Amino acid sequence: MNSEVAAFFSPGDFLAILPEMVIAGMACLLLLVDIAVPRTKKCVVPALAVLSVAVAAWFSYELAGSGVSAFSGMFVLDGYSDFFKLIFYIVAVFAILVSLRYIRTEEIDLGEYYVLLLFSLSGMMIMASGTDLLTIYLGLELASLPVYALVGFLQKSRKSNEAAMKYIILGAFSSAILLYGISLIYGLTGTTQLAAISAALVTGDVNGPLFTLAVIMLVAGFGFKVAGFPFHMWAPDAYEGAPTPITAFMAAGPKAAAFAVIMRVFLEGLYPAYDSWQMAIAAVAVGSMVVGNITAILQTSIKRMLAFSSVGHAGYALLGLVAGSEEGMASVMFYLFVYAFMNLGIFGIVIMMRKDSQSGDQISHYTGLGKSNRLTALAMLIFLFSLAGIPPTAGFIAKFYVFMALINKGMVGLAVIAALMSAVAAYYYIRIVMLMYMREPEKEFALASSRGLLCVLIIALAAVVALGVYPGYFIDLARYAAFPL
Amino acid sequence: MCLSAAAQYAPLWPLAVYFVAVVILVGAMLVLSHALGERRRGRLTSVPYESGVVGTGSARLHFDVKFYMVAMFFVIFDMEAVFVFAWAVSAREAGWAGYIEMFIFISILLAALFYLWRLGALEWGTSMKIRRKIEPL
Amino acid sequence: MEKLFFLMFAAVAIASGLAVVTVRNPVHSALALIVCLIQVAALFVLLRSPFLAAVQIFIYVGAVMVLFLFVVLILDMRKAVLQAFPPVKKRFVVGVILVLSAQMVAFVFLTPMGLGPAQGWEPTVESIGRVLFTKYLFPFEVVSVILLAALVAAIVIAKERQ
Repeated sequence: MNSEVAAFFSPGDFLAILPEMVIAGMACLLLLVDIAVPRTKKCVVPALAVLSVAVAAWFSYELAGSGVSAFSGMFVLDGYSDFFKLIFYIVAVFAILVSLRYIRTEEIDLGEYYVLLLFSLSGMMIMASGTDLLTIYLGLELASLPVYALVGFLQKSRKSNEAAMKYIILGAFSSAILLYGISLIYGLTGTTQLAAISAALVTGDVNGPLFTLAVIMLVAGFGFKVAGFPFHMWAPDAYEGAPTPITAFMAAGPKAAAFAVIMRVFLEGLYPAYDSWQMAIAAVAVGSMVVGNITAILQTSIKRMLAFSSVGHAGYALLGLVAGSEEGMASVMFYLFVYAFMNLGIFGIVIMMRKDSQSGDQISHYTGLGKSNRLTALAMLIFLFSLAGIPPTAGFIAKFYVFMALINKGMVGLAVIAALMSAVAAYYYIRIVMLMYMREPEKEFALASSRGLLCVLIIALAAVVALGVYPGYFIDLARYAAFPL
Repeated sequence: MCLSAAAQYAPLWPLAVYFVAVVILVGAMLVLSHALGERRRGRLTSVPYESGVVGTGSARLHFDVKFYMVAMFFVIFDMEAVFVFAWAVSAREAGWAGYIEMFIFISILLAALFYLWRLGALEWGTSMKIRRKIEPL
Repeated sequence: MEKLFFLMFAAVAIASGLAVVTVRNPVHSALALIVCLIQVAALFVLLRSPFLAAVQIFIYVGAVMVLFLFVVLILDMRKAVLQAFPPVKKRFVVGVILVLSAQMVAFVFLTPMGLGPAQGWEPTVESIGRVLFTKYLFPFEVVSVILLAALVAAIVIAKERQ
């Protein structure tokens, strides 16, 4: 290796990306394994997928806290990225476990399903660690491209095809807007590295309309990825059409990754220009809360309702970013951590309702569930309470910390709006609870439970309750992991 | 500044002449053939020429989706070619490190090619359906 | 001299770009797009970015246009040709385009451009190759994974299954 090359990277850099290499490498390998193994032994693929996530998680654990910046400042291993990677590992493993039976029921039992999930996971990990707009953009594409295909995985379903089509086209459009914003930032500051952008914003006079335009484009591009109003139009269709485990994955994984990137870009790169983006993000946050929660009331399909609810939750999480403090950042991280559990839990129950000819994706299908299947209904109740933010569940604590971060920065108005919108949201969550407990069942319920699914439900339930009763450790972890401003 | 730029781009002159010549030539061919050509309108003038055979039906058929697949593969492997191009020009400076990077890059895409091949996506004549009952390697 | 070339290429690019959206036959529209893309490649050469020009020809004129043409062949064109495009009032469309472009121009002129063109670094193919394999090694390898993922995604979406 000559000296010129050595100036740019060292063997230590490759150690830093070891978890990503494991995931991406295993995805490539599984693609070939899937073709090589006979049809009867297809369970090898998901097993190996879970194993590779476990290995990557172990590497991440070993590397945690090293604070290495690799590849001339394009990739960083800090507490912040480790925290998000923890969320991604959990979401990916849960998504694989809840899919095992579902994709056989839907007759889409292909190895590519898990391969694409792993590719998406590796992209999310790069997003969390990226400290250069170039790496961030590539991570974003790697995370979203496989998800486009996964949304359209139900080839026989028109809805799934339509959802994939809409998602791809709007996704490409938003990527283009994002790239435009990135290129403007590069043109104005002469760099794509977040730290250098921040420095350029402090020293040079980088403002004027073109900078505002760049900020708006970044907000629009990222707003699309987190499904924030008014860039949420794709979400209901994509969430409804996608196979349910993928809906759960999308709402918890790539969304959290997009938040990781948004906070990194706005709080590290564009922090000196806080005043110029704060209003734009606040507008998106308020719009998402209002539109998401009010539209959710009108839905009859549970997947659509949860899609709008997820738009609303993106709004709450964005408020933590608007606060623009380390506390706000920690509150968003904790929020996303909690959201991963409650989201996968509730979608786990929706998946359970899908058996044979029973589609189980209408809200009315849950009528009387409390009478016939007590435990399932109880789990559903707890997840719904958590999503609504009712104590003593984790959802309450998460919202509470976001509101605290806002109030500590003197943004009481926003906190009041958010609290009001939680009250609106409680209406449609509790409506399902009423349906489950106050009505007689119309017919026998057939629940498609499996070991993987039960495992996910129990862990998610335990996490939602435990984080609600005793949140201290994970809040401290999020505080510790947040990067200093 | 202006002078040096002019000197630097002096070799562009022939290109400009060439460009103008192309426009004039093509324009002349079109205009002259239109002006001087003989025109006759018969019963079969507007019928598509199919080597003397009478045409049957419209040529606007639905093409198989496999054309799309091939185009898609082409786009992806063409992207690869762009990077190989950049490497080929700077191969000497990139040295062995560059060679290893390129090797990894190409082996990942080789995995893609292998996958396509085993899946039967490259076969044209036979059924394009995914062969699910592939015997182990 | 350069200005003359720029005007020539830009004029053809704009004219063919207009043709892309106004021509009725989708195949003609695709051909006009090829002309437009080649002009843009020429503009990249004028901007001393031969690599971008080569990529433009490789990717857009080569691969993407083939994809477009195949899509044109696969879709039922008779319906598409008969439908009026754009589906809203033309005056409205023209108005939106004018407002957007005026805004773009205003933005560019109102912003103080502190940084001139990059100094001391010519974006030749060689120098791009050099940074690609040293500084940008990590993104470069990520690209290959993205390409593989895209390929698998395309197969999953488009292939018939048994």
